[in-house]
Amino acid sequence: MKKTKRLAIIASKGTLDWAYPPFILASTAAAMNMEVGIFFTFYGLPLLHKKIEAKVAPQTNPAMPMKMPFGPQGFQSMEWPIPNILANNIPGYETMATSFMKKTFAKKGVASIEELREICVESGVKLIACQMTMDVFGFEPDQFIDGVDVGGAATFLAFASEADISLFV
Amino acid sequence: MNEQTYDQTLDCKGLNCPLPVLKTNKQINTMDTGEVLKIETTDMGSINDLQSWSKQTENEFISYAEDDGKYTFYVRKT
Repeated sequence: MKKTKRLAIIASKGTLDWAYPPFILASTAAAMNMEVGIFFTFYGLPLLHKKIEAKVAPQTNPAMPMKMPFGPQGFQSMEWPIPNILANNIPGYETMATSFMKKTFAKKGVASIEELREICVESGVKLIACQMTMDVFGFEPDQFIDGVDVGGAATFLAFASEADISLFV
Repeated sequence: MNEQTYDQTLDCKGLNCPLPVLKTNKQINTMDTGEVLKIETTDMGSINDLQSWSKQTENEFISYAEDDGKYTFYVRKT
């Protein structure tokens, strides 16, 4: 039997698109018999909230293709570049873009963040909430899902010092 | 060529990364050593992903075949 590999991830971003990589990699690593820990810090911390409210912000991401999740195939593959001067002034633009992204992902057979997080919890991925960020943002442990550990930089580093793979997302 | 025999099947058609790997792992964990799982997928990434998963988890990757955008894999639990 090979020595168990260890993956250490820092999740620092809180938009819906960037919520994916930590949970995809963590759940897959766990399925590959790796020991996994994710340290949630700064804007990544709300991903531990019981209800995940993550949204996408297309205004800050010029590389993001804007497409429609409905209609005929040709219509769906069209790009809709919306200039920021418009996007920033359309009420609910982020909410709309978020709902479009969720629809497209579901259609393409991609799991939701909630599902992936659930699989991480089931498969024993260690979830560590950054205590300093909790203080700064005013988050309480009871706002988080069950099984979350609270710690700081030293907690993550002690775990990561034994890791085979370390990622900052 | 003899048709590959199998004990259980898993339908991952229409699913995307990482679900085929996660579902395969979940099902293999419920099976007995030596049993074969047949997996069907439609995402091209699963060709490399399921082989990497097999290697890492030390399960035996028997074969895969492609037919009109559908991929069929056989993995033996070891």
